[in-house]
Amino acid sequence: MQKSTLFEFLRTVIAVLIAIIMAFIIIFFISKQPIEAINRFLFGPISSFRHFGNVLEMVIPLIFTSLAVSVMFQAKQFNMGAEGSFFIGAVAAAAIGIKFKLPPVLHPLVAIAAGGIVGGAANFIPAFLKARWKASELVSSLMLNYIMFNLGIYFINYYLRDPYAGAMVSYTVNPTANLPQFVPRTRIHAGIFIAVLAVIVVYYFLYRTRWGFALRMTGINSKFADYSGINTNMVILYSQIIGGMIAGIGGATELLGMYQRFQWQSLPGYGFDGIIVAILARNNPLLIPVAAVFLAYMRIGADLMSRMTDVPSEMVSVIQAVMIMLIAAEAFLSYWRHKMVVREAKIDG
Amino acid sequence: MPDEILKMQNITKVYPNGIVANKGVNFSVYAGEIHALVGENGAGKTTLMKILFGLEHPEEGAIYLKGEKIIISSPQVAIRHKIGMVHQHFMLVPSLTVAENIVLGMEPSRRGFIDIEKAIETTEKLSEKYNLKVDARAKIADLPVGQRQKVEILKALLRGAEILILDEPTAVLTPQETTELFSELVHLKNKGHTIIFISHKLKEIKEISDRVTIMRHGKNMGVYRTQDVTEEEISRLMVGRDVVLKVQKQKNKPGDAVLHVENLSYTDDYGKNVLKNISFSVRRGEILGIAGVEGNGQRELVEIVTGLRACQEGKIYISGKPVNNLSIKQIRELGTSHIPEDRMTYGVAGPASIGENLISDRFYKKEFNTGLFLNLKKLNELTARLAKEYTVKCSTPKLAVKMLSGGNIQKVVVAREFSSNPKLLIADQPTRGIDVGATEFIHKKLIELRDGGTAILLVSADLNEVMEISDSILVMYGGEVVAYFPDASRITEEELGLYMLGVKRQSAEEIGGAFYAKKHAV
Repeated sequence: MQKSTLFEFLRTVIAVLIAIIMAFIIIFFISKQPIEAINRFLFGPISSFRHFGNVLEMVIPLIFTSLAVSVMFQAKQFNMGAEGSFFIGAVAAAAIGIKFKLPPVLHPLVAIAAGGIVGGAANFIPAFLKARWKASELVSSLMLNYIMFNLGIYFINYYLRDPYAGAMVSYTVNPTANLPQFVPRTRIHAGIFIAVLAVIVVYYFLYRTRWGFALRMTGINSKFADYSGINTNMVILYSQIIGGMIAGIGGATELLGMYQRFQWQSLPGYGFDGIIVAILARNNPLLIPVAAVFLAYMRIGADLMSRMTDVPSEMVSVIQAVMIMLIAAEAFLSYWRHKMVVREAKIDG
Repeated sequence: MPDEILKMQNITKVYPNGIVANKGVNFSVYAGEIHALVGENGAGKTTLMKILFGLEHPEEGAIYLKGEKIIISSPQVAIRHKIGMVHQHFMLVPSLTVAENIVLGMEPSRRGFIDIEKAIETTEKLSEKYNLKVDARAKIADLPVGQRQKVEILKALLRGAEILILDEPTAVLTPQETTELFSELVHLKNKGHTIIFISHKLKEIKEISDRVTIMRHGKNMGVYRTQDVTEEEISRLMVGRDVVLKVQKQKNKPGDAVLHVENLSYTDDYGKNVLKNISFSVRRGEILGIAGVEGNGQRELVEIVTGLRACQEGKIYISGKPVNNLSIKQIRELGTSHIPEDRMTYGVAGPASIGENLISDRFYKKEFNTGLFLNLKKLNELTARLAKEYTVKCSTPKLAVKMLSGGNIQKVVVAREFSSNPKLLIADQPTRGIDVGATEFIHKKLIELRDGGTAILLVSADLNEVMEISDSILVMYGGEVVAYFPDASRITEEELGLYMLGVKRQSAEEIGGAFYAKKHAV
């Protein structure tokens, strides 16, 4: 057991290294200043306090969306709706922030709660379709993302839009609703504490409660769960609703921590990035912060690289793609695992 | 010294889960003999044959055919070397006819289309030549198991098999079908074919084979001329000790009926009437065995009673309560336990830990929760106790269940299902594919539960098991109950076989004796 966990860890590290080395090779081919580019990519994020601040700012939404994905993936519900829930959660938080006047502390909490409820409600749709008619949650949640996006834009445009602002953005959120940014020269905000709390809560939910147990057993073997008397339809419902809630809370937190107005004109993509982080962390809540820092670090590194050199930041997509493919490929390094198993078996017997 | 046609040398095979199936096994076969390969389940017989047929690849070792070293990388290569295999679970397409199945992959064609008439002709000729009678035009789905097996054998022969591997061919056959198969095998042998016959039924080995290789724990324990060894000697080599073939039990004292099944009928998705008007009862302190060739409705019956499958027609009562519309959880809460036929699909969640598997039916109960959280301390105590009591071989209950051997996995299932103090236990193939030690243990526990007052419905394809363990026996054939014997000790295997085959059936009155509703208050 211990050995196989170690093996999975090594497998992930090797996949990451191969992906990065491949990216470097490509950089050497296309760039006139490859050393400079690689240097920026690898060390840019820690070259200044502000840059590292950027990494942590990005980590906050990634933690929420990847937690959402990991809860759903642990139940083997391949729901891709974290993106839409995240977006609509931010819209809800903006509405509460603009339309209500509440004391500080309470105001952001109400707004975040609203984001969670709306995000959960959005994911209820694919969850219900799956539980009731066995409609693939993968398809319906992907489609739902577009609905949530257009619904959110409609709502901002017709109810919250500031006509005096130059672009299509909302009114400013009441300052009482904003999450304080507490590290000078960065935008790191109080949302980071909520994210850490969410990691702990999700961990306890999955591994220490009866609902988490039912959820995991359903994910591992749903026939076994059925046979044991677990209501797997209920798991299908609540795993996705909880996932949507976490993503919605993430969207709300992001909006209240990073922005004065709602100003997204397209889906920000954190929901899909959350899938990458969840896969890297093997859906383990305790590993999610590590994986989120890793991805954010790469993103910021690539961004700095593209700003200072002739290599576009899309290079990071190559790394992501190779990495995920190698991790998802069951057979990758399976030869070595088998060797290890054979060696151990021989020692035993 | 006869011709050695095939030799496997120093074969070692380790499965990805770490189980060593073969340890330096040497195995050889003479041309034109029937060679029995015996051993308990899990001894490595099937693995060795899968290596020979190219389905598995050994870590070490070499294979020699007629003195020449060969590498068998796939079944195609094995077929090219004239090695054929009939698997324990048949590999036929049920919706196609016999002829179509036999020529599958090498269809005779005319102008780009399959020449069905030619295929039928080929099949009939082949069937004639080897004296294996099948109806070339019949659909596989409509054929009994014995016939399907013949189709499999013919399939291998058409592909030119000179060495024919049969993996537990008699496991699914009635005694009568077995006799027929044996005469066909002798016929094949006389035509010059070499047959490797995997089995763990000693009587059959004595009857049919020329030589026997005995395996235990992945090792070759010896090769003998069958006439030189007794059944007792073979069994000692197989098991490593003398087996008590008889189960020790006292006469039972049945009480009131716990399970009532009343006029149960079921039609499957293909419109086939799988269960036809079945009625019976299982009483407190009674083990009712269901005998029957597999596929005669036993699976559907078990799934309906346990709530895994929706009931269409008829009524089911457990402890007097109608359970037709109850969820599995509600049925379990009435004191029902279930050992499923397929333990890897239903019985356990492989990647989950032993502990998690042991508590899956009761984790939600008040006694194991404090407030919002699971009471891990109490659950860990429980799982440690169960693992010990049911002798699950593991260093810690935190180990993933799939790392255990088949017998130990079944012990995990049994530990969970037996420890909930069931009023009713449905045991479906409780000892399939596990070693003798674990089998004895489970049999003992079954009798203990019965003596404690549990009503037990035992479904098993192992006729020996049904006859040894049960107090009374029900025979199912074609989705019907065709016989009921209130006293299991008063019937013979041969007689049961006649009912299982559908040759004989009792009167409605005798069968009705299985239903105790009117005689016992609920």
